[in-house]
Amino acid sequence: MAEFKDISPNAPAADKALNWIDNRFPLSKMFKEHMSEYYAPKNFNFLYFFGALSLLVLVIQILTGIFLVMHYKPDASQAFASVEYIMRDVPWGWLIRYMHSTGASAFFVVVYMHMFRGLIYGSYRKPRELVWLFGCAIFLALMGEAFMGYLLPWGQMSYWGAQVIVNLFSAIPFIGPDLALLIRGDYVVGDATLNRFFSFHVIAVPLVLLGLVVAHIIALHEVGSNNPDGVEIKANKDASGKPLDGIPFHPYYSVHDLMGVIGFLLVFCAIIFFAPEFGGYFLEYNNFIPADPLKTPLHIAPVWYFTPYYSMLRAITSEMMYALIVCVLAAAYLGATRAKISSFFKAVVVGGAVLLVVVMLAIDAKFWGVVVMGGAVVILFFLPWLDNCAVKSIRYRPDWHVYLYAIFVINFFVLGYLGIQPPSSIGERVSQLGTLFYFGFFLLMPWWSRMGDTKPVPDRVNFTAH
Amino acid sequence: MKKFILSVVLALTSALYALPSFAAGDSIPWDKAPNRLNDLGALQNGAKLFVNYCLNCHAASYMRFNRLTDIGLTEQQIKDNLLFTTDKVGETMKVAMDPKQAKDWFGGNPPDLTVIARSRSGSGGTGADYLYTYLRTYYRDDSKATGWNNLAFPNVGMPHVLWELQGQRKPIYEEIESHGHAVQVLKGWEQITPGTLSPNDYDSAVADLVNYLQWMSDPTQSTRIRLGVWVMFYLLIFFVIAWRLNAAYWKDIR
Repeated sequence: MAEFKDISPNAPAADKALNWIDNRFPLSKMFKEHMSEYYAPKNFNFLYFFGALSLLVLVIQILTGIFLVMHYKPDASQAFASVEYIMRDVPWGWLIRYMHSTGASAFFVVVYMHMFRGLIYGSYRKPRELVWLFGCAIFLALMGEAFMGYLLPWGQMSYWGAQVIVNLFSAIPFIGPDLALLIRGDYVVGDATLNRFFSFHVIAVPLVLLGLVVAHIIALHEVGSNNPDGVEIKANKDASGKPLDGIPFHPYYSVHDLMGVIGFLLVFCAIIFFAPEFGGYFLEYNNFIPADPLKTPLHIAPVWYFTPYYSMLRAITSEMMYALIVCVLAAAYLGATRAKISSFFKAVVVGGAVLLVVVMLAIDAKFWGVVVMGGAVVILFFLPWLDNCAVKSIRYRPDWHVYLYAIFVINFFVLGYLGIQPPSSIGERVSQLGTLFYFGFFLLMPWWSRMGDTKPVPDRVNFTAH
Repeated sequence: MKKFILSVVLALTSALYALPSFAAGDSIPWDKAPNRLNDLGALQNGAKLFVNYCLNCHAASYMRFNRLTDIGLTEQQIKDNLLFTTDKVGETMKVAMDPKQAKDWFGGNPPDLTVIARSRSGSGGTGADYLYTYLRTYYRDDSKATGWNNLAFPNVGMPHVLWELQGQRKPIYEEIESHGHAVQVLKGWEQITPGTLSPNDYDSAVADLVNYLQWMSDPTQSTRIRLGVWVMFYLLIFFVIAWRLNAAYWKDIR
């Protein structure tokens, strides 16, 4: 506990007030720890805006959400009309609604950029594993939040998107049908589903999200930020113990992020005011038709931010299962012949693989599609332990690593594009290859990340004065 | 040479447009609807057409009559000329028709038209483009219960409500050879009986109506764009300030 501090009775009123608070709450201490004496590397680049921007979008979503809930009616017979009521009759309701709908897509844009930044600069590596894990949990919560929020306007896409995704759970053996029933609260998506999704969307998931964001930032400030060079700035300190390449977050990065915030708002507001539907990507056209349980739309596509995963789900056909079985058997063969483990474990590997293949053949491909879709997100959690490269940052990795990351990004875009398109035979093949690449990238990372000659990492960060 | 290039371009465009649409047996490519969202006279004319021709069967149940003041009408004008189903100017545009009867007559309930222009957008164009094409491609088809069919919405349940204005027409097809198949391509129209409007005036009236539908689907859209320009202007100035502020702070970081 801190010592109680007395202040001169002649001190300015503001100092007295601050002293009064500091004796009761660690205000100055927290400000120092997280702002004015939090040392961040000075060589942050453009990609480092997106963490602060994610926080900004979270605040935008919460604030606009509060006002939307004041007018929205979570009732299957009134939901669609209440959204139109917000758009037409509530003063500035259209602005609040467009901010929220654009904010949902913007959230994924900034979070994907933020994750990409972490991926290429090795920000998940020791000692930042927990920062990454909290971040992955945030991403997962965000996906749930977006999925449930999308049902609320109660348009055709809301309805059928939810119907398709919830039905996926019924593919899980034994518990599936009951689980889907539990999620829906009914045998089809209906009023009960709308009510529980509303509850989760406005209370449960946002609470979890906020808690995770706090944990994410506390963990980050404990270990300090990584940087584009992947150099630990704490390794070089001056006499007073401050990192030589670090600068106080406030004021340097607060003014820097302010610039990023305005830049972001320029794009964000341009979309809100000039193209809020964003060509049908942010607000799908079909969603302006009220939900009709009797009329299935010809083509049901999730919103763009889910489409890479949706593509992987669709890629798992019964044909694709044979390709996956070959992969499992090949892995087991390599494990049994090449791995330096005891023959007991080799037997376990082979036995496990055979068992897995039997299960893969026994259960419908639809279930494995769900497993693959979920696995595509869950695998991100393991990244800190998959990467064995000697260096953190892409800058000092072998050149061919850079190309591999580039292909990974292109592949992710291709999968996203295919997820928007109606199914086609060529698209199916491409998405199957894309799925194999996506998982290969991560599952083979322990081996490929070790290969190749890394470049020498400097002792200090690269920085040219602005 | 020019002729050759032209014929190639024509062949390609007809292959791109006409063929897939007819080969698949569904709708035709959409015409571009004129943009009259800032023309209050056109929007008012569209509102008049909408109330007189559409609102009998279709509702616009999220749209309030007094919102029409946004396109320059006074409440008195609305009361005197446009209120048929209600006497309260703050009421939404509901329809008097019994939904059960509607189902018997048309095979389904006529959809609500408040946001129809937004919902019909697609890869072929905007919802306005679709509606503009749809309302101009009705033709006589005695095989249908209503006696009407439509090129943009084949086998549509709605009869040609604007037929008195357009008159009765029939499409003329031309058979062309493509990829070894004989394909029918729309060549033009045969006017069976004349309408009260000339073809040009009819297109213009439909354009007014479609622009009204487009406006009604998002009544703040013009305000929004006007306001957006100022928001951009403000943010740009703020960006310059933030940029210089950042530079001022960072100048001592070496």
